[in-house]
Amino acid sequence: MADENESKGEKKYKYSIIIPTYNERLNIAIIVYLIFKHLRDVDFEIIVVDDGSPDGTQEIVKQLQQLYGEDRILLRARAKKLGLGTAYIHGLKHATGDFVVIMDADLSHHPKYLPSFIKKQLETNASIVTGTRYVKGGGVHGWNLMRKLTSRGANVLAQTLLWPGVSDLTGSFRLYKKSALEDVISSCVSKGYVFQMEMIVRATRKGYHIEEVPITFVDRVFGTSKLGGSEIVEYLKGLVYLLLTT
Amino acid sequence: MKHIVKILSLLVAISGFWIGLLQAAIIPRSHTWLLPIYFVVSLGCYGLLMVGIGLMQFPTCPQEAVLLQKDIAEAKDFFKHKGVDVGSD
Repeated sequence: MADENESKGEKKYKYSIIIPTYNERLNIAIIVYLIFKHLRDVDFEIIVVDDGSPDGTQEIVKQLQQLYGEDRILLRARAKKLGLGTAYIHGLKHATGDFVVIMDADLSHHPKYLPSFIKKQLETNASIVTGTRYVKGGGVHGWNLMRKLTSRGANVLAQTLLWPGVSDLTGSFRLYKKSALEDVISSCVSKGYVFQMEMIVRATRKGYHIEEVPITFVDRVFGTSKLGGSEIVEYLKGLVYLLLTT
Repeated sequence: MKHIVKILSLLVAISGFWIGLLQAAIIPRSHTWLLPIYFVVSLGCYGLLMVGIGLMQFPTCPQEAVLLQKDIAEAKDFFKHKGVDVGSD
């Protein structure tokens, strides 16, 4: 079988999928099922970085490990909620793939797009492939007009100030060459979604080849307003920080 | 080069051009004095236009929510038969 691949000139790559979780007991099982469904012929591992969820997330992951194998699903937990950036760094330490995918655990990112990320990277040899919700073929469901307006306004502001080279700055569904992720993450200090922005802006500044694929985003947090005044202030502070330090 | 340096250089270049216009008096000075205001206002209008266009063209995907529910049901069913207790949300 190795000869078959060699004669085709194809190299088989391994993909490490890092999923930070906190209280995602049900969603993590569904995500794992969908990843296995959509990546049938791909060599991958799923690294679940759970921050001490009280709802039994880790128990479910252990059951999934029994079902799919401990070499396919790695549970690398932490004692308590320690933040997204450090969750990725923690997951990275255990990643044995050539590429690393980061995605959310709440099903707003659908694993069915994983093949398109992989395909895009193989076609273009990009260092980073980032999912964008804002182009044709992509989209968002579950946002009201106000939310769309803030998102659009925030995006225009960020594009004008930062010239980031990507259409979706705050997205967190991305595929990185492992070396690229290690390099970029070491220079990022922000938290939350500003962290995602900082990652992609720093990668652009460092000259990494970045490609985009359309993704759809189904917002699962219904009813709660995730965009209050304090979020907007955080965002503006983040923009100024990135403007001055990247 | 840091990004902020690029932006400041751009602003310095534009300011230099504006001062040059003031001194050369090709355009009547009274107009030239107002140019920065015109520039800022046009930038603002351009920004608002981009926001408006983006808002109108904002891609939505209502069918994805339906597909997601189907996927969730499929996964739950799979796990029920494999003895993984996913319980209810």
